[in-house]
Amino acid sequence: MEIQLTLNGKAVKDQVGADTLLLDFVRKHGCYSVKRGCETSNCGLCTVLLDGKPVLSCSTLAARADGCSVTTLEGVQEKAEAIGRFLAGEGAEQCGFCSPGLIMNVIAMEQELSEPSEEEIREYLAGNLCRCTGYMGQMRAIGNYLNRKGEEQNG
Amino acid sequence: MDRTVRYVGSPVPKKDSMALVTGKPVYTDDIAPADCLVVKVLRSPYAHALIDEIHTETAGKVPGIVSILTWKDVPKKRFTMAGQTYPEPSPYDRLILDRRVRFVGDAVAIVAGETEEAVDKALKLIKVNYQVLTPVLDFRTAKDNEILVHPEDTWQSLCPVGADNRRNLVASGVDSHGDVDAVLAGCDYVIEETYHTKANQQAMMETFRTFTTMDPYGRLVVTASTQVPFHVRRIIAHALDIPKAKVRVIKPRIGGGFGAKQTVVAEVYPAIVTWLTGRPAKIIYSRYESQIASSPRHEMELKVRLGADKNGIIKAIDLYTLSNSGAFGEHGPTTVGLSGHKSIPLYAKAEAFRFAYDVVYTNRMSAGAYRGYGATQGLFAVESAVNELADRLHMDPVKLRELNMVREGDVMPAYYGETAGSCALDRCMARAKEMMDWDKKFPARDMGNGKVRAVGVAMSMQGSAISGVDVGSVTLKLNDDGFYSLMIGAADMGTGCDTTLAQIAADCLCCDLDNIIVHGVDTDVSPYDSGSYASSTAYLTGGAVVKTCDTMIKKIMEKGAEYLGASMEEVDFDGKRVYCLDGSREISLRDIGNQAMCNNGLALEATESNTSPVSPPPFMVGMAEVEVDMETGKTELLDYVAVVDCGTPLNPNIARVQTEGGLSQGIGMAMYEDVTYSAQGRVLEDSFMQYKIPTRQDVGTIRVEFESSYEKTGPFGAKSIGEVVINTPSPAIASAVAHATGVYVRELPITPEKIYKGMVEHS
Amino acid sequence: MFKAREYVRVKSLEEAWNLNQKKSNVIVGGMMWLKMGRGQKGTVIDLSGLGLDTIEETEEAFSIGCMCTLRQLELHEGLNKEFDGIFRECTRHIVGTQFRNGATVGGSVFGRYGFSDILTCLLALDSYVELYQGGVIPLVQFTSMPYDRDVLVRIVIKKDGRKAAYLSQRNTQTDFPLIACAAGKMGDDWYVSIGARPKRAAVYRISGTGKKADELAREAASMFEYGSNLRGSGEYRAHLANVYVRRLIETIEKREA
Repeated sequence: MEIQLTLNGKAVKDQVGADTLLLDFVRKHGCYSVKRGCETSNCGLCTVLLDGKPVLSCSTLAARADGCSVTTLEGVQEKAEAIGRFLAGEGAEQCGFCSPGLIMNVIAMEQELSEPSEEEIREYLAGNLCRCTGYMGQMRAIGNYLNRKGEEQNG
Repeated sequence: MDRTVRYVGSPVPKKDSMALVTGKPVYTDDIAPADCLVVKVLRSPYAHALIDEIHTETAGKVPGIVSILTWKDVPKKRFTMAGQTYPEPSPYDRLILDRRVRFVGDAVAIVAGETEEAVDKALKLIKVNYQVLTPVLDFRTAKDNEILVHPEDTWQSLCPVGADNRRNLVASGVDSHGDVDAVLAGCDYVIEETYHTKANQQAMMETFRTFTTMDPYGRLVVTASTQVPFHVRRIIAHALDIPKAKVRVIKPRIGGGFGAKQTVVAEVYPAIVTWLTGRPAKIIYSRYESQIASSPRHEMELKVRLGADKNGIIKAIDLYTLSNSGAFGEHGPTTVGLSGHKSIPLYAKAEAFRFAYDVVYTNRMSAGAYRGYGATQGLFAVESAVNELADRLHMDPVKLRELNMVREGDVMPAYYGETAGSCALDRCMARAKEMMDWDKKFPARDMGNGKVRAVGVAMSMQGSAISGVDVGSVTLKLNDDGFYSLMIGAADMGTGCDTTLAQIAADCLCCDLDNIIVHGVDTDVSPYDSGSYASSTAYLTGGAVVKTCDTMIKKIMEKGAEYLGASMEEVDFDGKRVYCLDGSREISLRDIGNQAMCNNGLALEATESNTSPVSPPPFMVGMAEVEVDMETGKTELLDYVAVVDCGTPLNPNIARVQTEGGLSQGIGMAMYEDVTYSAQGRVLEDSFMQYKIPTRQDVGTIRVEFESSYEKTGPFGAKSIGEVVINTPSPAIASAVAHATGVYVRELPITPEKIYKGMVEHS
Repeated sequence: MFKAREYVRVKSLEEAWNLNQKKSNVIVGGMMWLKMGRGQKGTVIDLSGLGLDTIEETEEAFSIGCMCTLRQLELHEGLNKEFDGIFRECTRHIVGTQFRNGATVGGSVFGRYGFSDILTCLLALDSYVELYQGGVIPLVQFTSMPYDRDVLVRIVIKKDGRKAAYLSQRNTQTDFPLIACAAGKMGDDWYVSIGARPKRAAVYRISGTGKKADELAREAASMFEYGSNLRGSGEYRAHLANVYVRRLIETIEKREA
């Protein structure tokens, strides 16, 4: 079947199977930042924004995304650099394999929560697993990133 | 030249960090050619069986199927998948495909096809008649069992590790010092307990994966997510029975390893397909495969006898370890050694010790290397026994350790007789105590709401590389405009060694960090390195960087002197230029680099290798504060404090995150990570849905500080950090739970149910 | 992941129902659990074009479209206000935000999964399911019905003034529950539902007249059967049920006082 969607701001038209997963679709279209870490919807590595909401592209049919807007890290490179710089500043990207999914969800969190507490951040991002860092460095980085943003707005 | 420390000890970001955080295609699957054949493995549904017949004709007719291989199609020379220095201590007990299958998930056939759909279809159409055999599932009954996991005559052990396939033994041995029985008999207190640690999955986010191609010279190019590129080259050559010269291994960016990728878990499957078909091939392990057919931590049962006098002086330690190697022997003979050699020496003042062990085959998933590598298991047992001794003596376990811990200058009989040349364990303990506010919190506080908060402590040590075995080599090249290429064979798998080694080089060469370029490993290009395991890279390859820089500087000075028309004795090098000591003339590094590309007979290139007769241990102290719901046993980890002596932390950010990450894995191991089996031998935790690793809501607060000693045999005083950090959570949390409830959980993980049941029995 | 031949975003419930009569066809909600199945499906039936993704509140009830996500339940102010935040409490531990943005209420309820927090929670309230053919039936009746080919359209929760609370214990914060308990109170009657036993949730109504919290909890917890799985033994679950039901009762009573 043919679907048409907006991928990172560009119209994309393609044939997909009824069972094609959005994850495989976006990788096929060059969005290699989107990773698969499990088959059971547990790891968050495949997080993309579907009409602005963070979803697991491993559990979403490409067909269902027909007519929708899909954003991957490739489409928000400036943000990725801005948030990523804080992660790198803590050494908290480590192997980096979970970083794209995490950053996508941080972007979603920024839009959804204003001035989240540390506990709220932990809850919002709980579905983003990381095996390298023990999360503390990520939390420092995200905290610093959000604070900096706050300072910029206040200053 | 005068060296100033500019980068070592500085928290510079990793050189590849921006590529990683912006999601660039840098990992194995991202860079695999689009026309790779899809390779998958048909796996055994039985824990132990012989393949009577295997029919692949129908499967082979599925459109798009290119190759189906069975045990009949593979070389008959046994090898090991363990990434270790040759001759490997692990037995040669593998074939790529064997007629005998030895665990649920063992490889039965390899299918390669144009599309995943075709391969999946073909997998279902392969018909196998199995002669089902009785498996050996319980590792306590494996030794001298009449059922043999490896009865074959072609089984081979290359090293004297006490292996005997006719007894299901992967290794066995004993090491001792003094008369342990006599000393124990004279002790006022003897703790005698059995501890049981379980298999754990490394659960790196990037599963096992490899793609293979043929190059224009008829050689097999293996691009693998591995920690051990040079061992992969040898193992592939062994497995395929082809010359090593025919194999090239490339390591791109790696999505985590933690020891899992020190075993050649997946590489052989696409390699044989490409070798036989000439076509590019790729295997991507599913998470399911990574959970059921991989290389988890060795399950161990450890019996400890710990003797002390009435003042709390530890006199003797007797440890027996039984280790479950599963269906194959990878890392079996070596992991078990660390269970004793990296736990007992913490109490180097003991008069006697004995450490005996057996490592057995069973019909379970083969175990492998996981961060901590046996030390983790041994330290759970020994540190728990020490904590139990303290409780028995009604002594603060911190105080007990202050009385007994190894200190700088102590000889450690159980650590191959090495001397603790650098050791800040005492300072680590003092600082951890402060950070935790231990005196206020020990042992427990009733919160008045049905919950009790309590604290526990543990110590840990590891090594820095395998003494007398591991090799780290480095090549430096000076290029035009004076930039350097730093070539290493050590594998950065997210651990940051590409950056930390460049930091060392930049300080040795007195140049900007950006003036040094690094890249991934290519066995055709990179100098030999044993690989990134055994906590070796920072210490050993770091040492090689220092040596190589020294040689490089000499060459630069020699060339510079030549250009200046001076002798070596008349010039010096300050990182930017070679200049005459009398101030008369100078030439910049940039000009040397450029000029050397014309009419030059001296290669501005240096290679040095490093090896070490000692393996200086890093040390650390971990303290846990837990809150136990006394009605349900539910335990929350509130706070974890860790103070580490890794010598000089080369990059404090990377060292800190290594520590936090290792602790988090240790916390998972302590509290919920488990690998259990059905009665038929099938792994039950076969996904991230069932195998739970910590989320960011589960780790409480982890606080890390460093108390550095200076290791004079290490680069800039550095020792290792990667592994020592995983060892303390299990014993510290177990002891904290015991202080809250009186219940000692001696079998991991320490679940609420075990705590609850213990409390019921207790009352 | 299962394989499928066709995908149809249906234009009407009738179309969905008709397609769903073929055994090899399947309705996908969030597809979280469904995707773990293997095998060949015929047509994937997608209800996402029917506008069934809203929560409507009237004087009498909440009507929750089957395609509402768990995240919508979690964040819905009216629902959480009416029932003392139990929808937030019963959803916030489920895997992660992205998962809850995908998983649907219809999928959770239709699946009648043993581990379901949602089902446990809804059973303690006056809940109904609206089926395309079967009409509106009490949820408690639906939980004991065999899986059929009907289409679940909406969940309806009556505002009967019930006070409610929810608790679960999990091995990690976002794991399946080891035990899930919900309690609702109407006058002197208690509705106690327990899920993840590990069997599917059930509910019992118990009169609370003259009973102390611990007596009531013992009575309630003893009405259920408990079994063992990876996450815990039946014996432990029975103990936990007792503890958590008592805590729920105490919580609600404290709130009332």
